[in-house]
Amino acid sequence: MAPKPSEFSVSRRQLLKGGSALGLGAMVSGVAPAWANPWGRTSGYSQGVEHGPEISLVIRREDIDIAGQFARPISINGSSPGPMVRLKEGQDAVIKVTNLLDEPTSIHWHGIILPPEMDGVPGISFAGIAPGETFTYRFPVTQSGTYWYHSHSGLQEQEGHAGPLIIDSATPEAFTYDREHVLLLTDWTFEDPKSVFRNLKTMEGYYNYQERTVADFFADVRRGGWVDTIESRSMWAEMRMSSRDIADVTGSTYTYLLNGHSPEENWSALFKRGETVRLRVVNGSAMSYFDLRIPGLKMTVVAADGQPVQPVEVDEFRIAVAEAYDVLVTPEDDKAYTIFAEAMDRSGYARATLAPRPGMEAPVPERRQIADRGMEAMGAHAGMDHSQMAGMDHSQMAGMDHSQMAGMDHSQMAGMDHSKMAGMDHSKMAGMDHSQMAGMDHSKMAGMDHSKMAGMDHSQMAGMDHSQMAGMDHSQMAGMDHSKMTGLQADAAQGGMLMAGAAQQGARYDQAGIGLDQSLRRVLVYQDLKAYSPWPDRRGPMREMELHLTGNMERYMWSFDGKKFSEVNGPIHFHKDERLRLILINDTMMEHPIHLHGMWMELENGHGDLIPRKHTLNVKPGERVSALITADAEGSWAFHCHLLYHMDAGMFRVVKVS
Amino acid sequence: MSISQHSFRLACVTVCLFSSAGASQAFAQDGYDAPASWPSPMAEHLQWSAVFDRLEYSLPDKGEDSLVWDFQAWYGGDTHRVYLKSEGENVQGDGEEAEFESLELLYSRLVADFWEFQIGAGYQGGVFNDDHDEGVYGVFGFQGTAPYRIETDAAVQYREEGIVTASLELEHDVRLTQRWYLQPRSEMVFAANESRQQGIGAGLNSVRIGLRARYEITRRVAPYVGMYWQREYGETADMQREEGEDVEDTAVVVGVRMMF
Repeated sequence: MAPKPSEFSVSRRQLLKGGSALGLGAMVSGVAPAWANPWGRTSGYSQGVEHGPEISLVIRREDIDIAGQFARPISINGSSPGPMVRLKEGQDAVIKVTNLLDEPTSIHWHGIILPPEMDGVPGISFAGIAPGETFTYRFPVTQSGTYWYHSHSGLQEQEGHAGPLIIDSATPEAFTYDREHVLLLTDWTFEDPKSVFRNLKTMEGYYNYQERTVADFFADVRRGGWVDTIESRSMWAEMRMSSRDIADVTGSTYTYLLNGHSPEENWSALFKRGETVRLRVVNGSAMSYFDLRIPGLKMTVVAADGQPVQPVEVDEFRIAVAEAYDVLVTPEDDKAYTIFAEAMDRSGYARATLAPRPGMEAPVPERRQIADRGMEAMGAHAGMDHSQMAGMDHSQMAGMDHSQMAGMDHSQMAGMDHSKMAGMDHSKMAGMDHSQMAGMDHSKMAGMDHSKMAGMDHSQMAGMDHSQMAGMDHSQMAGMDHSKMTGLQADAAQGGMLMAGAAQQGARYDQAGIGLDQSLRRVLVYQDLKAYSPWPDRRGPMREMELHLTGNMERYMWSFDGKKFSEVNGPIHFHKDERLRLILINDTMMEHPIHLHGMWMELENGHGDLIPRKHTLNVKPGERVSALITADAEGSWAFHCHLLYHMDAGMFRVVKVS
Repeated sequence: MSISQHSFRLACVTVCLFSSAGASQAFAQDGYDAPASWPSPMAEHLQWSAVFDRLEYSLPDKGEDSLVWDFQAWYGGDTHRVYLKSEGENVQGDGEEAEFESLELLYSRLVADFWEFQIGAGYQGGVFNDDHDEGVYGVFGFQGTAPYRIETDAAVQYREEGIVTASLELEHDVRLTQRWYLQPRSEMVFAANESRQQGIGAGLNSVRIGLRARYEITRRVAPYVGMYWQREYGETADMQREEGEDVEDTAVVVGVRMMF
């Protein structure tokens, strides 16, 4: 089916392309973006693509059926999601964007290194594109790979205002392939995004229909016994949190789309036997992480966030919101394979079929059960909550196990009495921040084992009395920063900095994340990512900056360092040309895909010179993730959580490089 | 407390609200050199909510049937909000029209992750009618979620003739399935002093304990059935007895919880 005709010449051109696609793609129901052609792209073959360097895009609202139902998404050149924008490295792109909506709009080129005024963030890069106006983006294309573009205005991204952006390399790539398909994952809701946001603000768990019930409780009792179950459940209940809080917005309102198609519509990507097919997978969702696999096929990951990495063969990978992965598959059999992208909370999935001929289908795997969050998330929550706790009496807390509590912030805990805390095991408490704990009395803490407490920051703890702490074992506490503890001899902060590229204590780069069983199949983890070849700036960090990812789930408030964008009084400052280590500490119970505009973030996952670079970093609950940044892009840039409603709730900052 | 004092407090609340609403709409002076004509990259939006937590027909064992409501609405940002709360009933067959047991306008401020401090003024009496004794009062309290997810509303009321009362409402949802909920609920009223005219005795006045089973057709519409037990205590009970009324009762309720 072709896009609907329109009175605009750009769309007429689109219509002709759509019309010719009809012959090939008639077995696909619904309106496909023209680039989502079942035959994909082989060398010399191209169709349904807006080719650079000069491109015109028209943004408007359009009646388009989605999953067989009437919908009015935002379309770009007549399709939603929008057309593929295809550029070539070395071009000077000139992209004219015309706004035919009745509200301002914008396009941000996600992951592209370009001048700040072309980045497309209203209020930071430019004023936005007013209704009826055309804005011309002009930027030199200095990179290649798989990216995407989307609106950076309000909640428009949720309404289908997004599309793939592919840049062909000027030089031969590190791998070869015979055919390529773009797989753009999105989450569509028939609700008004504003009402989705209001629902999240007014009722925690509004969209979650997979909460724990009485039946789950008794199932746990049968499995783990009364004591453990009651202990675990009462900890969650005491914290007033849900261990099933995996996704804020779920399949109860979302239809998960692959290239604009619902699972029932089953968009097909075609191949010829024995071909190596490159799948350019982009998660253009507003809120949904996906776990993607193709039962029967190994996938070789060759690029992450558009940047080439050393090949890794996996069975499945998790793709955070706004991330991109390029994988190669080589189907040897003359049969259909299901591309199965399951939402992280298991409330639904997106699906397509990779097949030698149109109209084929393969079995669709069963969805897995939703997982319960564990201790690491709890520790993260405890981290949010203990600030400003004054005058507490922890006496008589004996025999507690605080293992795996990572990333806690005990700042501003004043006047606490920890006497009589005996026999505590604080092993594996990583990344704690005890700054500003004043006037604490730790006398009479006997027999504590603090081994394996790594990466703690005790700066600014003033006037503490540790007298009479007997028999404590502080062995194996690595990487602690006691700088700025007044009245104590402390080494200069410089000494505490890790080597460039080394993983932070508290990072879990070897873990795929909640709900993925790494013993069952080979799942991509951040540890696997190694740059194909070293990136140019090999300097170590000159400066470290810590940012806590913070939130209040009950109120749906999201922020950095406890402050929403409306509450901060200045940008985050990067010094021009400095090499900076940015440490992201997730104090919340949810994953956050953190995106920096204008500059790469080199993920310090322990691979030395082969440090991989990304535009979006997934930070798991309680995790401490660090990245090296070369602050070479003068100007103001957006820095935010790419979960759309988190960003809108205030998890957004401006980074100023000067 | 005089009426003028109440209106003064109400005015304060209103002023507070609008100044705070203004503040949350203003954008941080972020200092990133954006021209003044550019929009803020992230605008904060004020939200609202309105919920009939209970809208039910009550069939007591001894007393008269009544139509009961428990309504709550708010408007505002994350930290500052204005609340309108009301509880009331229309006793069937007593020839009188509906009565507000409470109609409160409150300024609310988030003071901890799970807690709001609320202060404002309240009215009790007829709903646009003269069938009931009227009164106004000042009120402050805390509303929020206690550990173990106990929804809590604790408030102190300063009434005419210097009568000070306190109320405590607790409720908790037990999730039986994704749509069936069991909700135990309790209400307690205390008073620091006595007012025969207002039917308030010193000390514990009354306790009501209820249990409701609710089915969420959607998050917004959830019919329920339930029951409650109620008893008056101490001087309040004595006053009730003098008027020949029962001090203990049980009831069956049928209603719907509605969210807008």
